[in-house]
Amino acid sequence: MPEQIAPGAVVDGYRVAERIHVGAQSEIFRVSEPIRDFPILMKVPRIGPLEPDENLISFETETLILPTLTGAHVPRFVAAGDLTRAPYLIAEWVKGESLENMLKGGMLPPAEVARIGAAIADAVHDLHLQDAIHLDLKPDNIIVKPDGAVVLIDFGLAHHARYPDLLAEEKRFAAGSAPYVSPEQVLGTRSDPRSDIFALGVILYEIATGHLPFGVPRTMAGLRDRLWLDPVPPRVRAPEVSRWLQEIILRCLEPSADDRYQSAAHLAFDLRSPEQVSLTGRGHKSHQAGLTGQIRRWWRARGMRLRANAKPRSRASEAAPVIMVAVDTTHPDDARQPALRRATARVLSLSAEFRLICVSVIRGGPGAGGSGDSAHLDHLVLLRHWVDPLRLSPQRLSLHVIESPRPEGALIEFARRNNVDLILIGAPNPTQHALAWWRSVASGVTARAHCSVYAVRIPEPELDAEQDDDST
Amino acid sequence: MIIALLSDIHGNIEALNACLKHAAENGAERYAFLGDLVGYGANPEEVVAAVARCADQGAVAVKGNHDEAIEKRAGYMNDATKESIEWTRGTLTAKGKKFLSALPMLVRDGAMCFVHASAASPARWDYVDTPAVARRSAEAARTVYTFSGHVHDQMLYFEGAQGKWSAFKPTPGSSVPIRGHRRWLALVGSVGQPRDGQPAAAYTLFDPAREEITFHRLAYDHVAAAQKIRQAGLPEAHAYRVEKGV
Repeated sequence: MPEQIAPGAVVDGYRVAERIHVGAQSEIFRVSEPIRDFPILMKVPRIGPLEPDENLISFETETLILPTLTGAHVPRFVAAGDLTRAPYLIAEWVKGESLENMLKGGMLPPAEVARIGAAIADAVHDLHLQDAIHLDLKPDNIIVKPDGAVVLIDFGLAHHARYPDLLAEEKRFAAGSAPYVSPEQVLGTRSDPRSDIFALGVILYEIATGHLPFGVPRTMAGLRDRLWLDPVPPRVRAPEVSRWLQEIILRCLEPSADDRYQSAAHLAFDLRSPEQVSLTGRGHKSHQAGLTGQIRRWWRARGMRLRANAKPRSRASEAAPVIMVAVDTTHPDDARQPALRRATARVLSLSAEFRLICVSVIRGGPGAGGSGDSAHLDHLVLLRHWVDPLRLSPQRLSLHVIESPRPEGALIEFARRNNVDLILIGAPNPTQHALAWWRSVASGVTARAHCSVYAVRIPEPELDAEQDDDST
Repeated sequence: MIIALLSDIHGNIEALNACLKHAAENGAERYAFLGDLVGYGANPEEVVAAVARCADQGAVAVKGNHDEAIEKRAGYMNDATKESIEWTRGTLTAKGKKFLSALPMLVRDGAMCFVHASAASPARWDYVDTPAVARRSAEAARTVYTFSGHVHDQMLYFEGAQGKWSAFKPTPGSSVPIRGHRRWLALVGSVGQPRDGQPAAAYTLFDPAREEITFHRLAYDHVAAAQKIRQAGLPEAHAYRVEKGV
């Protein structure tokens, strides 16, 4: 029989202090010793003859997955007790406020919705990059740190592509939390990262309007409503929600995962770049679908069971990459421009669900004495002219002119902040001018970017070795 | 003590040597051979001798259907397979045949059971290819862990809380915790004749102390192994399988 864990007890050398949370599935205690360089807590599943089995299985799932996760958006794992003797999990106690607390049943101003939403999407994207899916996103499980970054907690329903899914056959409860669970989870699929995008859509709807789009269903039939029910448009609930935010929220809430954002990185990007969100019928919607429309949605939902069990999706960064191309609009006639565009077209042809960000960095910024807005607009026009031949739909494309005296740093920072998977950039040939490559923006970006970089050159005829030696 | 689990070697000495070397480098101190040492491949005698040497030092070895077919007619096999069995019978020494003949069908060791096919009926050579069949095998094994071959793909089956079993396709090289409070059945993959479209040799390491299993795939000179099958005059289909991993 497992040991009783209570305040004052010492378990495997960890001193249990006060209880800080009692949930339906587990209890959480502060751990006072040993002291580490970050505060730690102990999570203990509620198990016993009167408690449901799922408490233990989701606890086991969490102890399987949390130790494999790294990075700034998950609590650091410290230790886990033997499941059959003393089941407990010790992890970092993340300092911050839960989104649930911040809401207190109310709502947040639209700018705050976008800011927090983007931070959550960043965290979800980081998790997806590690082959894991949370599957139980809700305001309780989102901690907003004082610096605005988000940490996701509670991995009891999570799925990891490299570990057996202990919850795969536990259909009775594995679905998730009723207001937030995705249609495909309701149908028993636990391997689609886009389920987290749906839950995030529910959260955005909730924090923007103070309402839940599908209520709090208590029955399976109630849960299944979201397979077809058209939610009341957020702008009807809260007029201060702008069209672009409604567009984003309703896209996350599409019943078919194929119609949602295909990557949390794309979602984060849109939440940070409202001016780049291209509006469809979703953004303009002013009422729920009428009876005929609802019937049509219901009819389509009948086919969803089959599709929900389709092949598992590959990683978002491969299936739905964010690609950034750095275009030098101050030299529109540079011989490398067509080569850069051809390389971009080739890269885009490899995935159907890409997002392309075209960026131009112009000298300027505060104190640069530039011509300000008009220069900005001129370069935006040049950027659009550059990308036009690629004939991309506005949903896949965004254009940015950044003013900065340091193009290299500006590109690297922009790419990191927007979860870019690949940067394309024109590069000088090393033999063109003495030291050209080493001085170029391309060399700096290649050296310091967080992601892969594709340096595009124009092939040139071979020069004699002596000249090459001179240049190095 | 880390245990190397090797199955379906099928007379492929190049693949076996690659796996044994990798296992030793990765801390394996015990070995278990899960049957089908021979059949299809060009070096049955070398493989049997290598396994016999390991068995002398305490390795577990159980019998597979191809090992059985050396001494007992196997009417269910197709013509190309029968041809390789006959060739193997003519190639093996008396000592080699005796070793194969003496192999047990099933071995239990503490929490582990080793068997070529299903522990529910080892001599029927049923394929463990669904969670339901895996459950029956594990129940008959009466151990926490059941390790098998016969099906040439790597797979991990496990018991859920309601007694229902699930299948998990492991990622090679990524260790998976398999804690002993639930039951597990691992198909360790084929050393000498993988069939999933990749010619790389397959085998598995199990660490009982850490309760962790790691499925491995190793590159080896499969072109040479296929060439030897052709040179021995064995059916082209067997060479092609080794060459392409199909």
